[in-house]
Amino acid sequence: MLNIDIRKHFPILEQEINGHPLVYLDSAATSQKPQQVIDAISNYYEKDNSNVHRGVHTLGNQATEAYEGARDKVRDFINAKSREEIIFTRGTTTSINIVAQSYGRANVGEGDEIVITHMEHHSNIIPWQQLAREKGAVLKFIDLEADGTITLEKVREVVTERTKIVSIMHVSNVLGTVNPIKEITEIAHENGAIMVVDGAQAAPHMKVDVQHLDCDFYAFSGHKMVGPTGIGVLYGKKELLNKMEPVEFGGEMIDFVGLYESTWKELPWKFEGGTPIIAGAVGLGAAIDYLEEIGLDNVEKHEQHLAEYAMNRMSEVEGITIYGPLEPEKRASLITFNLNDVHPHDLATVLDMHGIAVRAGHHCCQPLMKWLDVSATARASFYIYNTEEDVDRLVDGLRIAKEYFNDVN
Amino acid sequence: MSTRNLDQLYRSVIMDHYKTPRNKGVIEESSVTVDMNNPTCGDVIHLTMQVEDGTVQNAKFEGEGCSISMASASMMTQMIKGKSVEDALSLANTISNIMLGNEYDDSIELGDIEALSGVAKFPARIKCATLAWKAMEQGVRKDSE
Ligand SMILES: Cc1ncc(COP(=O)(O)O)c(C=O)c1O
Repeated sequence: MLNIDIRKHFPILEQEINGHPLVYLDSAATSQKPQQVIDAISNYYEKDNSNVHRGVHTLGNQATEAYEGARDKVRDFINAKSREEIIFTRGTTTSINIVAQSYGRANVGEGDEIVITHMEHHSNIIPWQQLAREKGAVLKFIDLEADGTITLEKVREVVTERTKIVSIMHVSNVLGTVNPIKEITEIAHENGAIMVVDGAQAAPHMKVDVQHLDCDFYAFSGHKMVGPTGIGVLYGKKELLNKMEPVEFGGEMIDFVGLYESTWKELPWKFEGGTPIIAGAVGLGAAIDYLEEIGLDNVEKHEQHLAEYAMNRMSEVEGITIYGPLEPEKRASLITFNLNDVHPHDLATVLDMHGIAVRAGHHCCQPLMKWLDVSATARASFYIYNTEEDVDRLVDGLRIAKEYFNDVN
Repeated sequence: MSTRNLDQLYRSVIMDHYKTPRNKGVIEESSVTVDMNNPTCGDVIHLTMQVEDGTVQNAKFEGEGCSISMASASMMTQMIKGKSVEDALSLANTISNIMLGNEYDDSIELGDIEALSGVAKFPARIKCATLAWKAMEQGVRKDSE
């Protein structure tokens, strides 16, 4: 377990909600931010703020250094080969859309296949639905095992020579499963397809090495990894990015502009049209510093421990159904569940009245809800600042909710 | 303690409608059918109504959702049966005003739906309470076109 002091780094956690100390169990939706990150952002606005890549003046230079410095931190964080492979975006959703609209439009034709799975987040479904419709391509789904895992046999059954793009989440935001991305990438490549990875739930929690995974694109969001909202990353292999057209046109991304034609800057800037999210990038850089000071292996160990503890404690509650693999070592530290006779929204309201924040609903995964044959579920997701005591409070809350709804019955 | 606040939300009338919903089902020869969902949480309602000569003769619903949304649907069908379209719409308007904390015409007989007033204190749950009413509004408007 990580030192309890970690909690103290997160000022928001010190408050009471509805008369109870806050237990924040919704980090999979967005994480809280440590003081260090908040300070880095205000510090940027207090000392360095200016537009990037244009001013001759000193502040312009400071802002550019802060922004580009953050890019170097991201490169190192996911072990990309070069800084040109790191494109700043608004988040995972924007990153995947760039791949679909740029690489997808240029490389997918009628009858070609795009392969995803039943567990994807809407942001890794709809961009491909749109592309498939526009191009007359076929969208195919890899089926899941009963426990919500993916097997390579099933991947091999679905991916064929006609497959142009395979796009799969690294870690499921509902089932908690960690998918075998390296192996799936190999299968995609054997069939001449590229591999896109939705890393929104992986990058905050484990060491990601894009060269080791050998994937072609990797997308993630700053706000889920103690960074600010509004900033995310698209990693792409340089040889692919070089061949791709930008999807947004305007300032910052151009080289020469004529009346009828223009040329683009080199990588990564050709994908960053307009004034970029400078303070957001600075905040993301600070978030990476923070996570690396703790150590990603310690983050992982802490979460593994909490997942196991939560799994054991929550299973004790009568009438609970937990979705996804039951073995703690097969899952990330989030638990999606339902409680007999208590609808997840009602459950979330009761928990909220006791200061406990959980998510209820479809978690942006309607097809997966259909696959699970439920209309909604509740989810508790853990991060570095959560403790065993938080899990205990949750379990007490579940019992209170059960009793409450049995009483008013 | 906080269960007191919860009691304002989950009044016994609401729980009664949730556990034993009125008018659950489908009217086969309905004149109006509405399917509506709440995309942020996944609640769904399938509402069928028999509207004749400007009066809601019958209303039934099926759906899936939390206690608030399903109880509200049950109360809604109970309240509007036999009412003129005009009165049904004015009830929907009253519900919406109660939820938003606006002033409303308190001469209208609210019956069971008065119990929904506790929802106004739970902003995240207002959409649950209004789903069925929105469906009804859309339905009778569609019918009168
Ligand atoms: C697995 C997964 N993919 C994609 C996203 C979308 O991320 P964002 O909303 O930051 O673009 C999320 C977060 O909601 C997620 O959990």
